Amino acid sequence: MELLSRKATCNSHGQDSSYFLGWEEYEKNPYDVIKNPHGIIQMGLAENQLCFDLLESWLAQNPDAACFKRDGQSIFRELALFQDYHGLSSFKNALSDFMSENRGYRVSFDSNNLVLTAGATSANETLMFCLADPGDAFLLPTPYYPGFDRDLKWRTGVEIVPIHCSSTNGFRITKLALEEAHAQAKKLNLNVKGVLITNPSNPLGTTTTQTELDILLEFISTNKNMHLVSDEIYSGTAFSSSEFISVMEVLKNNQLEDTDVFNRVHIVYSLSKDLGLPGFRVGAVYSNDKDVVSAATKMSSFGLVSSQTQYLLSSLLSDKKFTKKYLRENQKRLKNRQRKLVSGLEAMGIGSLKSNAGLFCWVDMRHLLSSKTFEAEMDLWKKIVYEVKLNISPGSSCHCEEPGWFRVCFANMSEETLKLALKRLKKFVDDGNSVKSCQITESQKLKSSRKKTMTTVSNWVFRLSFQDREAEER
Amino acid sequence: MGSLKKNGGAILSRIATNDHHGENSEYFDGWKSYDKDPFHHSRNPCGIIQMGLAENQLCLELIEGWIKDNPKASICTPEGVGQFGDIAIFQDYHGLKEFRQAIAHFMGKARGGRVTFDPERIVMSGGATGANETIMFCLADPGDVFLVPSPYYAAFDRDLRWRTGVEIIPVHCYSSNSFKLTVEAVEWAYKKAQESNKKVKGLILTNPSNPLGTMLDKDTLKNLVRFVTRKNIHLVVDEIYAGTVFAGENFVSVAEVVNNVDSYEVNVDLIHIVYSLSKDMGLPGFRVGIIYSYNDLVVSCARKMSSFGLVSSQTQLMLASMLSDDRFVEIFLTENSRRLKIRHEDYTSGLKKAGITCLTSNAGLFVWMDLRHLLRDRNSFESEIELWHIIIDKVKLNVSPGSSFHCTEPGWFRACFANMDDDTLHAALRRIQAFVSKNHKIVENSSDSDQIVQSNNVKKQKWKQSNLRLSFRRLYEDGLSSPGIMSPRSPLLRT
Repeated sequence: MELLSRKATCNSHGQDSSYFLGWEEYEKNPYDVIKNPHGIIQMGLAENQLCFDLLESWLAQNPDAACFKRDGQSIFRELALFQDYHGLSSFKNALSDFMSENRGYRVSFDSNNLVLTAGATSANETLMFCLADPGDAFLLPTPYYPGFDRDLKWRTGVEIVPIHCSSTNGFRITKLALEEAHAQAKKLNLNVKGVLITNPSNPLGTTTTQTELDILLEFISTNKNMHLVSDEIYSGTAFSSSEFISVMEVLKNNQLEDTDVFNRVHIVYSLSKDLGLPGFRVGAVYSNDKDVVSAATKMSSFGLVSSQTQYLLSSLLSDKKFTKKYLRENQKRLKNRQRKLVSGLEAMGIGSLKSNAGLFCWVDMRHLLSSKTFEAEMDLWKKIVYEVKLNISPGSSCHCEEPGWFRVCFANMSEETLKLALKRLKKFVDDGNSVKSCQITESQKLKSSRKKTMTTVSNWVFRLSFQDREAEER
Repeated sequence: MGSLKKNGGAILSRIATNDHHGENSEYFDGWKSYDKDPFHHSRNPCGIIQMGLAENQLCLELIEGWIKDNPKASICTPEGVGQFGDIAIFQDYHGLKEFRQAIAHFMGKARGGRVTFDPERIVMSGGATGANETIMFCLADPGDVFLVPSPYYAAFDRDLRWRTGVEIIPVHCYSSNSFKLTVEAVEWAYKKAQESNKKVKGLILTNPSNPLGTMLDKDTLKNLVRFVTRKNIHLVVDEIYAGTVFAGENFVSVAEVVNNVDSYEVNVDLIHIVYSLSKDMGLPGFRVGIIYSYNDLVVSCARKMSSFGLVSSQTQLMLASMLSDDRFVEIFLTENSRRLKIRHEDYTSGLKKAGITCLTSNAGLFVWMDLRHLLRDRNSFESEIELWHIIIDKVKLNVSPGSSFHCTEPGWFRACFANMDDDTLHAALRRIQAFVSKNHKIVENSSDSDQIVQSNNVKKQKWKQSNLRLSFRRLYEDGLSSPGIMSPRSPLLRT
């Protein structure tokens, strides 16, 4: 008899690969402006470090929130004991309002439909447990966040079937691609329970268009047992609120609020990206379906948000002066930073997908590949890690179907570090090293077939982008 | 498919639509009644006193005092805000090193320093709730079985089974030997399960026990370790109440036994501990659950799964500092035991005056009361439920009936004593004493619209509420999953 469960011994968590160069290399040799100026610069981590000063100054001005006090009275005891899975009402109200503010107040959210979870990681898994049985499938547009392989599939037994998106149309979701994915799932005898998108997209950094949202809503209107999950974790990173269209907005504008489609659309949110607080583990599921809310609420017992964190953030997010200033400043800084990266890349002949959100760019290095293969992508990537000393994420780790695309993060470092990273990359490009064959001896041969290559490569980079030490790289 | 159509077409999973979360149980009547009519000294002195909530409120002011004296432990104070940025982005599922070290250190101290824990084996989880579910995901596949001694914590039905698909088979313990768990009973349950072609993956137990408040003695624990090793099945010990021992023998952790049996008698790969700060420290709101396994693969797997329920980094930082303050920890643990002991004595002596005995216990936040003599029919769970409704409606106390813990003998009730102040406890005792002195009248006579027909051979009862179907699988205690349940003095309920 097997000692451990199948889940414990399989590698569906995706973190188990014999190759894990990039992250390990970074850990061994992390860049530090003073202590290690030649170390590897981390550009594979989608963190938002641009606005901590705003948060810190708010804390300085609001000591009560810090010290478990409300109106000068201590509420420590109540917070210490508070484990109600409905969450702190003041926090949920503040969070609902913040979500609405993020969408320019074009939609409102009812805090009774909001379920708090331990990060978006837990929110996504919880939704799968609620919406799908083991063996069911969800359709996901590629490229997608590597962590979904764990979050959506591992313990739930749900399958992911990709919706193929291509650079020919800016990786947009098309009706044809959606139908093909559906057909493919049927061929594999999988019962499709819905579609999951990330809007704005990781790794693309683009907001989902009205057209795409219409296609998706039409799809689940036609298929009456299907759900649409919209992970809007990057909603506050859209450079302009008006460019971000939440699926809730489309439902409202198309007057679908009284239809059954309304109940089959669910949103995932988190404060890890917009506010840059991944350590606090604040996620949420939002659904108009009372049964989903009810089931998800019960499941949240397995990962509630710490009451001290709820209280701190309820104070922070209820300060509307602060949230207004924060959102505006955050957008401005992200836009500026993105522009610096994009123009820096352009100056060395490297293009990127035109993006209007996110903490990263989807960079086109196809012209730097020695051949249009994932093997070549790996070669290039290794060079960038070892020689250029930048840790960026190869597209194959995000299940991209075309080799040569890389996700490069820009919000998890200072401007000087970004400048240095661009300098290093420019030198590499100028030296033309990218067209020479790889000199590095490998410890393992890559398999020859495309599919196998993709899998090996995916595992490898998954290990890289999702290695032991980092729980939530997105 | 098993999926149910509802709301005109939305189809959810089996898990979302089945009842295995256990919250639709009629045992919630007690909670519902409390919610409608919660006791408050001045605002509602005749309300229902909550004795169904295993919270430890006795030492919170010590913790609060420490926090006030140590502003650097908070990322929000002027002294500590310099750490804000680093802590806010810290989501490494290994947890803060100082946190793991502090927890390992605290766990050792809570066990009297008789055992030490390796910080590298400390894995975070969303409370013990998350820990218990995660350990099942690591050790068992859907359909596999875990044995659990009864009576057991009601929420195990959800935590161990709901999303994991694991099955629970109880190992029954009896009042005839003070509900002690015997290896023979475990062996028998194991054998019966095997005979039904069930795959037993392990044994899980809470030690000290909820709801009994008793601890396993060293020999039994050693023999259990030997047993699981012989059968090559896992042993998970939920030691969530380890720091609530207030009298008698020292608590023997399974960690101690692992070090004290011959190495050929124990396969450490089978031994796992679940822990939490919710009971010992009274901090359920902070969601600090721990898995500690001697099995490297389980540590690795559980760590990856901890992504689904990490401890907030803000909380990790604060506790890392607090729990490495040896002076504070010693004072806390000593004072915690002392106050629990006083409270326990206070309550049990008050019960004695009312002619009510409890199972002899020396740990936990509750007592296991013997109310069998108050039952109309000592062999009937219907009588137990009848008595329970009377206790809620007439005595105005919310206690937990033994059947909700899968006890096989009617008449036992768990009453919590650490989730209230002294005055409330005394008020509860007065009510009990008053009830008992009039008890025979209430139980035998009809009350309000109850129509109770007594006969020697046939007992027919019509109840106010229509359904008293007994389900032995459903109950939620604490505030973990019951809607909006708060302890009596919680203004946050109204936030």
